[in-house]
Amino acid sequence: MNFEFSDDQKQLRDQARRFLAEKCPPKAVRAVLEGSAGYDKALWSGLAEMGFLGVAIPEEFGGTGAGHLELCVIAEEMGRALAPVPFSSTVYLAAEALMLAGSDAQKQKWLPKIASGEAVGALALFEGPGNPSPQAIKVAAANGVLNGVKKPVADGAIADFAIVAARVGSSGRETDIALYLVDLKAGGVEAKTLTNVDPSRNQAELTFKNCKAEPLGAANEGWSILTRVLDRAAVLMAFEQVGGADRALEMGRDYALDRIAFGRQIGSFQAIKHILADMYVAATLARSNCYYGAWALSTNAGELGEAAATARISATQAFQHCSKQNIQVHGGMGFTWEFDCHLYYRRSNALALSLGSLSYWEDQLIERMRKKNVA
Amino acid sequence: MNFDDTPEEAAFRAKAREWVQANAPKEYEEELSQASLGRITLKKGDMVEVGKAWQKKKFDAGWSCLSWPKEYGGRGATPIEKVIWQQEEGVYGKLTQPFQIGEGMCGPTVMAFGSEEDKRRRLPKLASGEEIWCQLFSEPSAGSDVAGLRTRAERDGDGWIVNGQKIWTSGAHYSNYGLLFARTDPDAPKHKGLTMFFLDMKSPGVEVRPIKQASGMSEFNEVYFTDVRIPDSQRLGNVGDGWNVSLTTLMNERMSIGSRLATGFPEIFAFCSDFVTEHGPALDDRAVRAKLADWAVKSSGLKYTAYRSLSALSRGERPGPENSIGKLVAGTMVQDIATFAMDLEGAAGALTGAADAEVGGRFQTMWIGAPGTRIAGGTDEILRNIIAERVLGLPGDIRVDKNVPFNKIPTKGR
Repeated sequence: MNFEFSDDQKQLRDQARRFLAEKCPPKAVRAVLEGSAGYDKALWSGLAEMGFLGVAIPEEFGGTGAGHLELCVIAEEMGRALAPVPFSSTVYLAAEALMLAGSDAQKQKWLPKIASGEAVGALALFEGPGNPSPQAIKVAAANGVLNGVKKPVADGAIADFAIVAARVGSSGRETDIALYLVDLKAGGVEAKTLTNVDPSRNQAELTFKNCKAEPLGAANEGWSILTRVLDRAAVLMAFEQVGGADRALEMGRDYALDRIAFGRQIGSFQAIKHILADMYVAATLARSNCYYGAWALSTNAGELGEAAATARISATQAFQHCSKQNIQVHGGMGFTWEFDCHLYYRRSNALALSLGSLSYWEDQLIERMRKKNVA
Repeated sequence: MNFDDTPEEAAFRAKAREWVQANAPKEYEEELSQASLGRITLKKGDMVEVGKAWQKKKFDAGWSCLSWPKEYGGRGATPIEKVIWQQEEGVYGKLTQPFQIGEGMCGPTVMAFGSEEDKRRRLPKLASGEEIWCQLFSEPSAGSDVAGLRTRAERDGDGWIVNGQKIWTSGAHYSNYGLLFARTDPDAPKHKGLTMFFLDMKSPGVEVRPIKQASGMSEFNEVYFTDVRIPDSQRLGNVGDGWNVSLTTLMNERMSIGSRLATGFPEIFAFCSDFVTEHGPALDDRAVRAKLADWAVKSSGLKYTAYRSLSALSRGERPGPENSIGKLVAGTMVQDIATFAMDLEGAAGALTGAADAEVGGRFQTMWIGAPGTRIAGGTDEILRNIIAERVLGLPGDIRVDKNVPFNKIPTKGR
């Protein structure tokens, strides 16, 4: 049994942690939160120089070709540091979609630019309230152009290109949906930044008006590719969430050790201890489920669908729980703008709602378990 | 990252599997595999007698108390080998229930503090199942606060005279020996006046009475001591050092990894897959799905947490603290799952007869036993304190009775 990251992977994690501790302290997160840049461009270039953006991209496409387990450990550190960059949109979603379904020319064009930090990618899926569903997609594709509105699109206003889910038929089946690749700098699309619960990350509305688009993958396979991309991204996002959960737990623990009330450390009160113990339980369950997801992702196991949903649900619960209870342990100070607790609370909820929210993944998990049971 | 055995582990597993295949009492396989939760009673035989026969067979072939040294009846196996054995022993491992306290707690304590003579005389008989041990720690006024125990052991020449009462003693009625935690100095602060002994459960003055639990079952006992004489040679550790000795005992308990905790998840998933409510199949209901998904990820989280600990053992490392969450998570889950299943059943959820209740009354049995699971072997609250203090490094509670002579500590709230 070797259900653990290798020493090299752990070293990579330490390297990423040191890099982010230096280049991405909370004040860097606040600069994006309170500013209008949309993301931290210097940090983005730094991540590219470290090779972190292309860690799962093969060498022939400009990456380091290390692999997905390596990407998992970096994702965890990005979450821990609340990195205010379009890492998930570009690396978990756009790059994964390209690697899964892109033509050789598409990969040659975009993957090296992702690895080098020159191109930011995004996935344009949602069209207003609701979770991923083929029926909800109205943006229409015909004659090589797109028309319609996508919102919210994570990192949509700072992206250079987008993968867009669009409708090509009206049979009511999944095969009505196809994926398109759009160069957002080539005209035909308007991007508007939207205010959101976590302003350290960009959310946008993209309006397509006869926008030129090239197909990504086979026309009738759009939804099935998308489902696989979401599963892969769910595992990676779960690592990001578990990194954030762990940091929120540490913050609560440290405050409970420092803060004196009623003449003693508040961490000596069972009411506080039990809150922190429950945070540890949630974070530990999530980490173990993430490892399961990492194993399935890196080996392309048949269980990936179930493992991804499991990791995603568990990590969403853990990050939301830990960030919420971290504020509670801090008391009034935790509700100030000055303390960093709200940064984690904001990010945990923003991540929980991306890629399909908790109820979507709960539904997916049970459906997948049922199918396995029947089979 | 993989779930594979190393070549050495694979070879060990093959050997274990072959032996279990050839020797296990297959006539009990079905009954044992269905008994997933709680204490087991066999229809076709007495649990203790069947268990003893299996234990003896294992002992003769070198498959008992694997991690113990050979000279005391064990195999000298590594921790990961012990886990592999448990996996291969599978459902038959449930037959070892009467011997687990002996193997996991009493034996290691005797090994650490007993005389060489006692070790050679007693331990192999424990390993072979010939002699069963119980642990006499909890008392009516000393549960979570076990150092508050009142059973007295007083010096009497070359021995000790014991008077008092223990409670929640599993298997006392069929045990040959007991590990006894007693107070030898009531004038000392409570943790300092304790001493550990072992005694013959058939000694004059020992009386075992079963407790009727809230569930109506009797799985535990009260044990009364009236002028029971114990030779001083059966003292384990120094006089007044019992608290440290007990920590060794409990530490050994926590090192045992790999025993799968029952969560109730497979049972509730199977139930919801078949059950039809007034709205249609239970599994199609969004509210049901949300609950099941929550339990599914908890159950999976426990499984893979154990795998992480096993991986550490496999590398020859000490497992991290992550395994401390197991009983805390599983205990509440069982209770919630049972209550939820009964809710789905509506008014019929109140029925318990095997013929009238849904799925033979399985969830009703789970439900009435669940409160005990959340208390036995460390309450939920004690487990949270342990995680907070030992894993997260938070300070211990301020203890008002710490440096007070034991006999000056108040005994009544009002």
